[in-house]
Amino acid sequence: MVNQPAKKQRFNALSLVRNAFSWHQNWEQQWRSPEPLDAYEVIIVGGGGHGLATAYYLAKEHGITNIAVLEKGWIGGGNTGRNTTIVRSNYLWDQSAAIYEHSMKLWEGLTQDLNYNVMFSQRGVMNLAHNITDVRDTQRRVHANRLNGIDSIYLDAAGVKKKVPGIDLRGGGRYPVLGASFQPRGGTARHDAVAWGYARKCDEMGVHIIQNCRVTGFDIQGGMVKGVQTTKGPIRAKKVGLVPAGHSSVLASMAGFHLPVESHPLQALVSEPIKPTIHTVVMSNAVHAYISQSDKGELVIGAGVDQYISYGQRGSQQLAEETLVAICELFPQYKRMKMLRQWGGIVDVCPDASPILTSTPVANMYLNCGWGTGGFKATPGSGHAFAAHIARGEPTELTAPFSLSRFETGFLIDEHGAAAVAH
Amino acid sequence: MLLIRCPYCEQDRPEVEFSYAHQAHKPRPEEAEGTLDDHNWARWVYYRKNIKGVAHERWYHAAGCRKFFNAVRDTVSSEVLATYRSGETPPIEESRIEGEEISFEYERTTEPTSAEEGK
Ligand SMILES: Cc1cc2nc3c(=O)[nH]c(=O)nc-3n(C[C@H](O)[C@H](O)[C@H](O)COP(=O)(O)OP(=O)(O)OC[C@H]3O[C@@H](n4cnc5c(N)ncnc54)[C@H](O)[C@@H]3O)c2cc1C
Ligand SMILES: [Zn+2]
Repeated sequence: MVNQPAKKQRFNALSLVRNAFSWHQNWEQQWRSPEPLDAYEVIIVGGGGHGLATAYYLAKEHGITNIAVLEKGWIGGGNTGRNTTIVRSNYLWDQSAAIYEHSMKLWEGLTQDLNYNVMFSQRGVMNLAHNITDVRDTQRRVHANRLNGIDSIYLDAAGVKKKVPGIDLRGGGRYPVLGASFQPRGGTARHDAVAWGYARKCDEMGVHIIQNCRVTGFDIQGGMVKGVQTTKGPIRAKKVGLVPAGHSSVLASMAGFHLPVESHPLQALVSEPIKPTIHTVVMSNAVHAYISQSDKGELVIGAGVDQYISYGQRGSQQLAEETLVAICELFPQYKRMKMLRQWGGIVDVCPDASPILTSTPVANMYLNCGWGTGGFKATPGSGHAFAAHIARGEPTELTAPFSLSRFETGFLIDEHGAAAVAH
Repeated sequence: MLLIRCPYCEQDRPEVEFSYAHQAHKPRPEEAEGTLDDHNWARWVYYRKNIKGVAHERWYHAAGCRKFFNAVRDTVSSEVLATYRSGETPPIEESRIEGEEISFEYERTTEPTSAEEGK
């Protein structure tokens, strides 16, 4: 039966060889596409990495498998499939360090856990310092990281040059490089594989992944959520977890509350593929440019956010230009390269650049959003922590600092300047 | 890049001359800071409508006349539908293509005084 969950075949060298004999035409279906049932124990709104990871850990760690993940488009088609895939955990504040490092530890075993190659590559992440203030902030953050048990070192200019020989330490005279922080365990991962790997394991455990199903409203009685309205009809649920990233405010308004979030376009570009030239990730927070090289050889470049609110998934030309100008100053040898593709995603930005993992004014409705420009790295940790919050129905040690109430108590987790504007 | 008409300069100017100043027509709560509760203070300081559709927003002509004004903009196409001076009534209503309109009023946290009731 197509619609029964079944143990997946394991991916390994043997299965690869076996399938080669049939020209790779007979690989099994990776996840089903069931029609929604009338009711579920938990509904997750949003089939990005964070939503799928939440469902996965609810099933794996909390034994809740009667779950539907509702996605208005295709899974991973939001920011999960649009980001520059940088993974690191060297955040300044203790609360952030806790959740991002939790995530980092999960990344380190994710391919094995999912039996799906997420191509996690710990090539290191470097954050450049361009002036004395940057140097001091960077050193402060490196010390804070080490106190939290996170691998983090400070490199002087010579140390930067040794790791990235192509860099012009004078930065074209405009962006001199004085030093950098370096996290050896940081790196990149294959974004699509993260969504697909989680989806496949969710499906194996009986979770329904329902694509092309937009949530259009909620059934709320006496302040408690009873279900959702969707383009595939109403579906009842005991608990609802919202993980809609850029559309968080839209979903929250359907449930009757506002959020301290704004949605902005963030864009990225990739170049034509070239031979390996840069084997780590280099980020410059001051000039909002970051660069790494994909396994295909393309330079993957991230630009800044547009200043205005937008739900149109594209960024403006002048931001891409600013970023490329900075990249060319730092890496003069890339000046004549051609850019192949450019795209944008809608990121949900919080005033303190930290996420929201919270219970909401509606009982049994939970919200995970506000990851803004830097949530890909948090995908496993966010899903793991949010699943525990939903299962318990109350904050956990990891989620409590990220509750909505911090905007009232004033306990903001200000990672804006601290962890760098670029994530 | 957007082309924005400054209602003071009465010229269409490129977006890079302007700074975004977020949600318009958001009144500062009348209550003194001490009497407004934390919930409503947070709404004033941090909360935003973040509309998907037609929104009223403030812009600042930073590299021009340096005046604040308001714009009506479609937040999906980014088209600037109208701009108008501060204090003027918006020429086009806000609307949403997805999501619900909910009140952004601050709740009164103190009882109205008799003097106010008499108004
Ligand atoms: C250009 C760019 C570069 C970035 N670079 C990095 C980086 O290098 N490192 C990093 O850590 N982070 C980065 N980020 C941020 C990162 O991509 C996000 O924080 C993260 O992917 C968010 O994951 P998510 O699962 O919450 O969101 P998404 O993947 O966006 O998933 C949300 C899903 O909800 C769905 N949805 C919305 N509304 C509804 C509805 N009404 N009904 C049903 N479904 C709905 C959407 O279709 C979407 O698929 C970048 C983002 C962008 C745009
Ligand atoms: Zn002007």
